[in-house]
Amino acid sequence: MEEKKVILSAKDVEVRFRVRENYLTAIRGVSLDIYDGETFAIVGESGSGKSVFTKTFTGMIDSNGAITGGSIMFEGKDLTKLTTDKDWEGIRGAKISTIFQDPMTSLNPIRTIGSQISEVIEKHQGIPHEEAKAQAIELMEKVGIKDAANRFDEYPFQYSGGMRQRIVIAIALSCHPKILICDEPTTALDVTIQAQIIKLIKDLQKELKFTTIYITHDLGVVANVADRVGVMYAGQIIEYGTAEDVFYNPQHPYTWALLSSLPQLGVKGEDLYFITGTPPSLFNKIQGDAFAPRNPHALKIDFIKEPPMFKVSDTHYAKTWLLDPRAPKLDKPEAIQDLHGKIKRMTDKGGAFHVE
Amino acid sequence: MSNDREVILSVKHVDVSFDNGGKKRFRAVKDATFDIYRGETFALVGESGSGKTTLGRAILRINELSNGEIDFKGKRISGKISKEEDTNVIRSIQMIFQDPAASLNERATIEYCVSEGLYNFHLYKDEADRIAKVDKALEDVGLLPEHKSRYPHEFSGGQRQRVGIARAMIMEPEFIVADEPISALDVSIRAQVLNLMNKLKEEKGLTYLFIAHDLSVVRFIADRIAVIHLGRIVEIADSEELFAHPLHPYTVSLLSAVPMPDPQIEKNRKLVVYDNSKRDLSGPKPVLQEITPGHFVFANDREMAEYREKLKKMDEEKKNLTNQ
Repeated sequence: MEEKKVILSAKDVEVRFRVRENYLTAIRGVSLDIYDGETFAIVGESGSGKSVFTKTFTGMIDSNGAITGGSIMFEGKDLTKLTTDKDWEGIRGAKISTIFQDPMTSLNPIRTIGSQISEVIEKHQGIPHEEAKAQAIELMEKVGIKDAANRFDEYPFQYSGGMRQRIVIAIALSCHPKILICDEPTTALDVTIQAQIIKLIKDLQKELKFTTIYITHDLGVVANVADRVGVMYAGQIIEYGTAEDVFYNPQHPYTWALLSSLPQLGVKGEDLYFITGTPPSLFNKIQGDAFAPRNPHALKIDFIKEPPMFKVSDTHYAKTWLLDPRAPKLDKPEAIQDLHGKIKRMTDKGGAFHVE
Repeated sequence: MSNDREVILSVKHVDVSFDNGGKKRFRAVKDATFDIYRGETFALVGESGSGKTTLGRAILRINELSNGEIDFKGKRISGKISKEEDTNVIRSIQMIFQDPAASLNERATIEYCVSEGLYNFHLYKDEADRIAKVDKALEDVGLLPEHKSRYPHEFSGGQRQRVGIARAMIMEPEFIVADEPISALDVSIRAQVLNLMNKLKEEKGLTYLFIAHDLSVVRFIADRIAVIHLGRIVEIADSEELFAHPLHPYTVSLLSAVPMPDPQIEKNRKLVVYDNSKRDLSGPKPVLQEITPGHFVFANDREMAEYREKLKKMDEEKKNLTNQ
């Protein structure tokens, strides 16, 4: 990136949900700048708050939840101050669009594919029906639907999963968004189709120059798409940096654990590394480092005081006491030492993993 | 592959087809032939709709075969068999399902979920014996006896999958069909379940048919891999061999889609899209044939010649790499 312009800036965002008589703090003070034109990937296991966090960008938090602190600045507006659907007009779906995981549930099964795309164009751009249809067909071609004009009047069930996801992408892009949020866009798809959809999003991004925020639990996907990566755990970003920072020089024990448990790095006949226990309940106040109870490297202080965000380099930050100058020096787990060398040896010509 | 290993399950020219509303019957599995050896993990890999689950279910006698035969320990288990043999098959071949939340009865306690098989086949002497068996099964999968009285919703995804495994294990099976057992689980939990499956395999001498679409997982867990595409098995090989020397273009495309956790390498990878219509399909009808010991590929003579050429090239690349 030549010049870094911040397109969206979240500061100390806190989100709470009311569940029966209790409050659950799903996002516990997240600050993050997203740069214009980059691809930022948020990784974490289910319940870490990655979806909830990005839903605050489009005001789509469930009705029992609310942003209880912090600010999200986008084009001079604080998105946390917007409440009614009217406030969100012109932002949600227009400047910030989302692609969801399951293309079957995000499309209306009893309406034609074409009408679902052209409707969005008509509504947001206020242009006549015929023009919207022409634009919709153009978009369908752009996302790789062959013979788009003839398939315009077909229904979602006549499309395969991968094609449906292409349509969802077409709808999301129909208003030329500045930011595209991809919430697990390929989890419901086959590996081969997944790779194609990822490539499609990348190609479109290059052509249309939008910013992409990826939400995924798949570190392989992250390695493929991301310029920068943020790792979320228990409602906080615990480490972020460029993809190279996070994969080649991870600092937080949780990032270590996530990387080490990948089957791609497993040695046959040996146990895979795995994370014991479960994430903490967010109904309770969390003391210290949320990962400490599951962390074999936990220090005493991890149970007492929450670590601050330490700076590793200009691009790389991590929230772990291990980076405190007083902390003992620990080596990364064996499995992820020299990650690049290992994978390079694997995928080089003639290596254990054939690559065309 | 040495020939002295015992074949536990033998699939011979199996076809499974479904009625297609008066139209031509749909052949979901076409002429599948392979042997599974005792004690190995045999993976069946393919995308959705490839027929991998259908084939797994055919082995469990859930789907009827329209052609061919399946033998278990040398005895035919497909088609009509006696009631006694049927019971025996159900006991010896168990299944682990994809989604543990959907495959457990949410209104039943874990104790009931795990005992269900015992109840159905009266496989216990008395109450004390049944409870002892449940405790043992839970212990095997790393759960505690006090979990018995709880309900499935009280468990995390990984624990629920353990219950799913426990209810299969309590039948003391010899062969397990695991249909995408970790696809529905969180990344951090997948590793636990894979380790558990490996541990049980060692301890109980189990044999697995592991059905999956994710090759990165399969590489870690499987001894041998069969790749299935549109109901047709296109390649079978030892898993190391398949990853190092993929021959069939579909296998190559599957491998190219496995994401690697390395940004520099991943960003430079070339995606190979498989397109049947762009292939040269001239020549006689292809069949599954052995190209090197234990490595089978679906090809005709012309393609076999091409694949031999390709293997030669790969060997040279390997030499170059080791010389560096």
